[in-house]
Amino acid sequence: MLTSADFATLLLTFKVASLATIFMLLFGTPLAWWLERTQSKWRGIINAVVALPLVLPPTVLGFYLLVLLGKNGIVGEFTTWLGIGTLPFTFAGLVVASVLYSSPFVIQPLQNAFSAIGNQPLEAAATLRASPLDTFFSVVLPQAKSGFLTATILGFAHTVGEFGVVLMVGGNIPDKTRVVSVQIYNHVEALEYTQAHWLAGGLLAFSFIVLLILYTVLKTSPNASLK
Amino acid sequence: MNRKLNKFITARFKLCYGEFELSINLRLPNSGISVLFGHSGSGKTTLLRCIAGLQQAQEGYLEINGSVWQDSDVGVFLPTHKRSLGYVFQDANLFSHLTVRENLNFGLKRLKAHPPRPPSKGGDFHHIVNLLGIKHLMERMPERLSGGEKQRVAIARALVLNPEILLMDEPLASLDSKRKQEILPFLSRLNQELNIPVLYVTHSQQEVAQLADYLVLMEAGKVQAAGKLSETLSRLDLPLSQERDASSVWNAMVVEHETEFHLTRVAFEGGSLSLPAIEAKLGTPLRVQIYARDVSIVLETPHATSILNVLPAIIVGISDGENGQSIVRLEVGTQALLAHITRKSALVLNLKIGKAVFVQIKSTSILN
Repeated sequence: MLTSADFATLLLTFKVASLATIFMLLFGTPLAWWLERTQSKWRGIINAVVALPLVLPPTVLGFYLLVLLGKNGIVGEFTTWLGIGTLPFTFAGLVVASVLYSSPFVIQPLQNAFSAIGNQPLEAAATLRASPLDTFFSVVLPQAKSGFLTATILGFAHTVGEFGVVLMVGGNIPDKTRVVSVQIYNHVEALEYTQAHWLAGGLLAFSFIVLLILYTVLKTSPNASLK
Repeated sequence: MNRKLNKFITARFKLCYGEFELSINLRLPNSGISVLFGHSGSGKTTLLRCIAGLQQAQEGYLEINGSVWQDSDVGVFLPTHKRSLGYVFQDANLFSHLTVRENLNFGLKRLKAHPPRPPSKGGDFHHIVNLLGIKHLMERMPERLSGGEKQRVAIARALVLNPEILLMDEPLASLDSKRKQEILPFLSRLNQELNIPVLYVTHSQQEVAQLADYLVLMEAGKVQAAGKLSETLSRLDLPLSQERDASSVWNAMVVEHETEFHLTRVAFEGGSLSLPAIEAKLGTPLRVQIYARDVSIVLETPHATSILNVLPAIIVGISDGENGQSIVRLEVGTQALLAHITRKSALVLNLKIGKAVFVQIKSTSILN
């Protein structure tokens, strides 16, 4: 059965994934909206940057984050100057890394949802005296509801499943940065296959249920997150 | 704001994209229904969108009832949501996540928060809902409405705001002819019952004849002609008068029912017509459409003819049409009338401008 250390990793994983999902929705929503509406020449470049984590090996992303966030990195120097210290091997660093790593799984479903709404409801709202901000909250958000659900579920599930970035940026510190995927790796290293089975089986069931909800209840098409 | 003052629309727009250029300088009466008529690509929808502020012309000046909505010379451009207008889109464009009632209230709620002009009173809301026959649909979601019902809700949603002007972009184009006939009577009644001026875009001649008080003909981004409907329809210098379906439209009023003959007599300024019996009270206003091909010209009152409607007229214009046809413009009383006759007949009868003749009208149709 699961030990208290296993439970601690489960709780930590849940905390990281929840916080990361909240941040991804907060930053991802305006970014996805901007990407969908803008005529700017930057659109293509930003889209490519947003999609990068989809194709990069997590270790590459993790490596660069480690360098950037570390003592001699630009971000690291900035956070040190702020008095926060450096982010690698901390819980906060883990959340930051997760946000960057999983964001395409939030931004792309949102972009798809916004593009599906199209221009027409926005024009109708404008002719009915709704300002652009009002329109966003009273027309776009409710009409993109299933897109937000898909984005939340995918973002959360993907953060739960990450391994490479976590190991590079977070390390393997109990109660601070040791998440489930890392714990499974620890168990296998120590030849504790029963423990590994419990956690791995749990993750497998979790992932399957999440995808089942996506494809049956929300009727998301399997490639909706990848344009 | 007083609606009686400065009741007109001044619109000047210059807009280019790609090959297309819109160049408009219009002054419209801001009462009744003004129809923008033209082929697709003539720029009529673009003009409507510029008036709504959904599209911004590079150069433009727009004044509605004395308030300036756009003046590019001084950098004024009122965003759409601050313009007192109603807009009916070609495909209804209802909010799919709201019920019919919530769709109707969407604009009202915002209008009450910042009224540029008072929303219509509670009584008017119910009046509009009844007028458009949508009372039984209030709790439905838009997906459960037919095309005609959606469009009626869309019209009501725009009207309850009591706007300075109602803009309609081919509101019937996406409906089949049965649904069109379901909505057209509402549109004619709207104008009679609510005092909201309408700018109506269409490419249907039928809708022009049925609805227009004022007609703007558009061609390749420019205004080809603009004027009162009966005047513009019968202008010989415009292609409309040459078309096979060229017609004149008269405003008339029911004055007598001849029940034994199944006829109804209607009066217009300067005369009267006998029509197949219609069910309408005496005094009911209606529109009569007379196709130019149904009008023939005689020099003297015919003593024996089966045609009931023979009226004295004066020729005010003649032009040559295609295939040996002559197009004659006449005045019957104060009404303009078009006649399509053969060039040979025109020659034989020696028709000339100023000549007094009689017209025989073979058939007429009633538009509302």
